Amino acid sequence: MSPRSAGSAGIAAPPPSTDISDAGAWASVPDALGHFGPFGGRFVPEALVAALDELTAAYDEARRDPAFIAELDGLLSSYAGRPTPLTDASRLTEEIGGARLLLKREDLAHTGSHKINNVLGQCLLTRRMGKTRVIAETGAGQHGVATATACALLGLECVVYMGEEDTRRQALNVARMRLLGAEVVPVRSGSRTLKDAINEALRDWVATVERTHYCIGSVMGPHPFPMLVRDFQRVIGVEARQQVQELTGRLPDAVVACVGGGSNAMGIFHPFIPDTSVALIGCEAGGDGLATGRHAAAVAGGSSGVLHGMRSYFLQDADGQTLTSHSISAGLDYPGVGPEHAWLHETGRATYRVVDDRAAMAALSLVARAEGILVAIESAHAFAGAFEVARELGPDATVVVNCSGRGDKDVDTAARWFGLLDEGGDA
Amino acid sequence: MEQVDQAQQQAGQAVSAARGRIAEVFAQARAEGRAALIGYLPAGFPTVPTGIEAMRTMVAAGVDIVEVGLPYSDPTMDGPVIQDAADAALRGGVTTADVLRTVEAVAETGAPALVMTYWNPVERYGVERFAADLAAAGGAGTITPDLPPEEAAPWLAAADKHGLDSVFLVAPSSTDARIRLVTSIASGFVYAASLMGVTGARESVGAAAAGLVRRVRQATDLPVAVGLGVRDGEQAATVAGFADGVIVGSALVARLLAAVRSGAGDEAALAGLRELAADLAAGVRRPVRASA
Repeated sequence: MSPRSAGSAGIAAPPPSTDISDAGAWASVPDALGHFGPFGGRFVPEALVAALDELTAAYDEARRDPAFIAELDGLLSSYAGRPTPLTDASRLTEEIGGARLLLKREDLAHTGSHKINNVLGQCLLTRRMGKTRVIAETGAGQHGVATATACALLGLECVVYMGEEDTRRQALNVARMRLLGAEVVPVRSGSRTLKDAINEALRDWVATVERTHYCIGSVMGPHPFPMLVRDFQRVIGVEARQQVQELTGRLPDAVVACVGGGSNAMGIFHPFIPDTSVALIGCEAGGDGLATGRHAAAVAGGSSGVLHGMRSYFLQDADGQTLTSHSISAGLDYPGVGPEHAWLHETGRATYRVVDDRAAMAALSLVARAEGILVAIESAHAFAGAFEVARELGPDATVVVNCSGRGDKDVDTAARWFGLLDEGGDA
Repeated sequence: MEQVDQAQQQAGQAVSAARGRIAEVFAQARAEGRAALIGYLPAGFPTVPTGIEAMRTMVAAGVDIVEVGLPYSDPTMDGPVIQDAADAALRGGVTTADVLRTVEAVAETGAPALVMTYWNPVERYGVERFAADLAAAGGAGTITPDLPPEEAAPWLAAADKHGLDSVFLVAPSSTDARIRLVTSIASGFVYAASLMGVTGARESVGAAAAGLVRRVRQATDLPVAVGLGVRDGEQAATVAGFADGVIVGSALVARLLAAVRSGAGDEAALAGLRELAADLAAGVRRPVRASA
């Protein structure tokens, strides 16, 4: 029996990668120790090993349990709003004058981004492990809001760590999480941003691991998190692959997504990995520009290292001290990238481009006017990259863009960027 | 079979000399009917020279083995005290080279110096190069809290080549199988975390510590030292009752931190440190054996 349920969409199940018959060599990752080639692994204090083993075992059991899969499928369809549509962006396509642009609309999922896919899976796992408390880190607040939401739904205690700097930048999301019953803890250590929120969550976890699950928000951290989060986000790509074929009768030529830690990208890429005719393109945050050093592009501008439990690419100095990342997008403002992305980069199966703040904001404005969709600044990086790709590939090609989140949270930032608060200045 | 040339023979002698130093300290302490005292301070705090002075002060006051902390930007295993000191050291511009310089100065006292470091700075410096330079500085080895046995092979090879001890941690949550795995690759001693949590002085040492030490002893003959939460001589005496070594970090760092924050000056800071180190040294010399 396949562990896949016949639930609602029937496509939400995260199948063990070894069950994907046509996945080829890519099905072999990660290995039992969480390695994607040289990347990944489990670089954690010994105190956390037992919890990671417990999580690995619980997940392995859950994904083979039809009842678990059915419950997750049910929540994804009746609560999160899956499947999300694929929008044929004809006005945008015309505007760009290149490949046909199709948008995978994760912005329409409950809580406004793809983050809900992962937290529903992890919070169900939390309950399955008999734990009652969930902690999470958040940068922009999207993962924090999604976690607070899933915890409210499933009756779990929720504590969200957020850099003090980010609680100021994203005050509305702080209020949102508190409305949902979560405790938000401002983190004052280090650079007071996402990386330090992760440090603080790890410190909490090591002391409370018996009753607490750490719901990591991206395809990062120690094994099994990069695999587990990928599997829960994989539904994006499974749906998109089916939808694009229904619409166009064939596979797309390219799939483009933004990459911070890289969960939305990993989710949409993964089902396309065996389709080697499909180019997989990740867009990293270029901040003020790669040359300025003020960016968050770990693949393009970083080097191999170990942080937050994993070996991957990071921004670091000559002594291995982590450098501060910079991006207008709080959700991409992280000095590393998930290990599977590092591996896809190294194997050449995916390529990574750098999109700076300016290009991302221009894309945000263009998408809003051409399609009536206000996308998150994170997702705007994917759009900017996709416009380049569409022009390179020409009008006969099809490009799928992962519209990973909606931009309501970014109105304030965008208004300042475009000077909309003063004289109604124009973009 | 490998050919053994003269250079290797010499290296081999150097290896056994360095390798034996931690073991000697524990053997000596055992002969004296006490536990060994291991004191941690981050290099470069408040400055590199004063940090060195502080470590020498600890040794003079009775600390047997010095853990020289390598300040790191993301110390996920450390509580606020060590975080703050490490942050200050990094703001002061401390480098990996400064850490090795500190090791050299401590080693000159005759007390073995171990570098306590998160893994990334070692990898960035170069695994082989770090081992070579640490050995050249007279260091006795490393403690690497976030380097799991599964990923340790490159380090173990380099450490072996340069005669360095590699200390690893076990925790109350470690299964017996994990303890066997960790102790199978550890050398010098085994670092038993007294509780589930980050570094920091606490009201009492975790009740799980004694049980953990017993479980470790079933797996290895290596000395077992207990750390996390020890703050004074009284607690040191308690831990000395069931462990071969007592590890103190945050309480010592807190003394320095408080003095620096109050602007008390180096002399006052070192005096405070000396007082606590002496109290701890007295503690490990009057072990409180649990009554049967």
